Amino acid sequence: MEVRPPLWVTLAKYISLLAAMFVVLFPIYSIFVGAFKTKEEYYQSGLGLPQDWFNFDNFSRVYEVGKLGLGFKNILIILVITLIGNIILGTMVAYALGRFDFKLKKLIMGMYLMATFIPMVTTQVATFTVVKELGLYNNLGAPILIYLGADVLQITIYLQFIRNIPKDLDESAMVEGASLFKIYRSIIFPLLTPATATLLILKTISVYNDFYTPYLYMPSQDLRVVSTALYAFIGPNAAQFNVISAGILIIFIPTVIVFLFMQRYIFSGVTSGAVK
Amino acid sequence: MFNLSYKTQRILILFGFLLIPVLLSLTFTYIPAASLLYFSFTDWTGLGWEMNWVGLDNYKEIFSRPEIFGVFKNNAYYFVGGLIQTAISLYFAVILTNRLKGRNFFRVMLFLPYVLHSVAVVIMFRNVYHAEYGSLNIFLDAVGLNSWQQEWLGNPSLVNISLAFISMWKFMGLNMVIFIGAMQSIPSDLYEAAKIDGANSWQSFRFITLPSINGVVQLMLIMSLAGSLEAFDTPYIMMKGANDTSTFVIQTVEMAFKFQKAGLASAMAVVLLIMVCILIGIQKLIFKEEK
Repeated sequence: MEVRPPLWVTLAKYISLLAAMFVVLFPIYSIFVGAFKTKEEYYQSGLGLPQDWFNFDNFSRVYEVGKLGLGFKNILIILVITLIGNIILGTMVAYALGRFDFKLKKLIMGMYLMATFIPMVTTQVATFTVVKELGLYNNLGAPILIYLGADVLQITIYLQFIRNIPKDLDESAMVEGASLFKIYRSIIFPLLTPATATLLILKTISVYNDFYTPYLYMPSQDLRVVSTALYAFIGPNAAQFNVISAGILIIFIPTVIVFLFMQRYIFSGVTSGAVK
Repeated sequence: MFNLSYKTQRILILFGFLLIPVLLSLTFTYIPAASLLYFSFTDWTGLGWEMNWVGLDNYKEIFSRPEIFGVFKNNAYYFVGGLIQTAISLYFAVILTNRLKGRNFFRVMLFLPYVLHSVAVVIMFRNVYHAEYGSLNIFLDAVGLNSWQQEWLGNPSLVNISLAFISMWKFMGLNMVIFIGAMQSIPSDLYEAAKIDGANSWQSFRFITLPSINGVVQLMLIMSLAGSLEAFDTPYIMMKGANDTSTFVIQTVEMAFKFQKAGLASAMAVVLLIMVCILIGIQKLIFKEEK
């Protein structure tokens, strides 16, 4: 027997939800309609709909002048290498630390635990010198190696996960004579797939969004990523709201599409990523 | 690896699997942290390698120049924003955990800002907040609330609130989804039992929901406190720290890369690092006790 809440309670719920949805959608709506307007139209028509939904001038303008194509290319290279590296190195560390006992284990575990305490923003003054000494300044390698070396989210997630994979699996494979590498590759790695999915999503969002690292280490025009390209574009074009709106919209699209298709994984991913 | 004994394999695996990750972690986390500490005791400019040991001078400077520590008042806006955001997200999490038509649709909608690109979001809000052509003032005009129109970024007493709002806008949905995740793991028979005992929905929230997700709420609060201490992107991209919107991290970055006072900047970074570590330490302690 289900007791229905009184009507006014349900009504109040929906009103608050609609109000929140309005707050969320209003800024997005305003740049969405703005992106299709001409300059004069933008300043005259306020929040109205654009006259011509097929006016793509702003999009092509920001894409070319703002070098967004280059930005997407660079961030894609960084993303692919970072994600592959994170998965391979993360699962390897988890296998070594999660399945074996050895002298330095406590030290290395402690090292990764400590690293979660050190926020990346604070140490950049000194990381800067390391990057320069390694000759990585103005090099795509700088953000990639920083994402691989300074962010330890993958280690915590994989270590958490590997504990739930029964050790019997390893042992019976050993009885059959499988090598340890084979156990890693054909048992542990595939069974870590759910953690890998979580990781892919969280890392993609954080790398795609990162402004600070590329801004600091790759000021060269040829190495702009999406975030620094947009930042550089607004400098001299601050008044061109319609063109800027188009740029924002282009940049929004990839993650929105990923989100809409992978909602469920994202929801469970952020939950496990945050609480662990 | 053919016909190697498991003992040899073990050594190979441990060495091969850990060497590169450990080297990476040393290079990009521990060497920077250690050199940061060293630089903080010097008068290093950040250019070249010349530096003199100055002892605690940089730390003394931080605590004796009120404008350096004073920017934390701007960080406070982000913290208050974080508190409000936690409360709002808790409210929506409760609503959207219970049975409700369109529940999933609303979850997706409210979470949407979190997946949007962060720099693009800040710049989007520049268009929203613009005093003359910004959509917010146009909207207020359209609904007859002209008197509410403001210079959202120009008015010094409003600008930090406008900036803090952007973070709330972006992260409310994330907090909400994390709370929903925590609430879904509360066994539903607890609520049924409470209902039989005559508890109303506020009482079930107060005595069942809240105690069950206590740990997550604390985690979110500490995280938003740590996040507010590290606030950088939003005020930097929007204002470059102008109009009294500078935060501690903006100041550190400018001290190092603009004013060439890398020694002082390192000391500031160490101070921030210690503050954040204390916070996270407290959180880990609380969290551990409850588990």
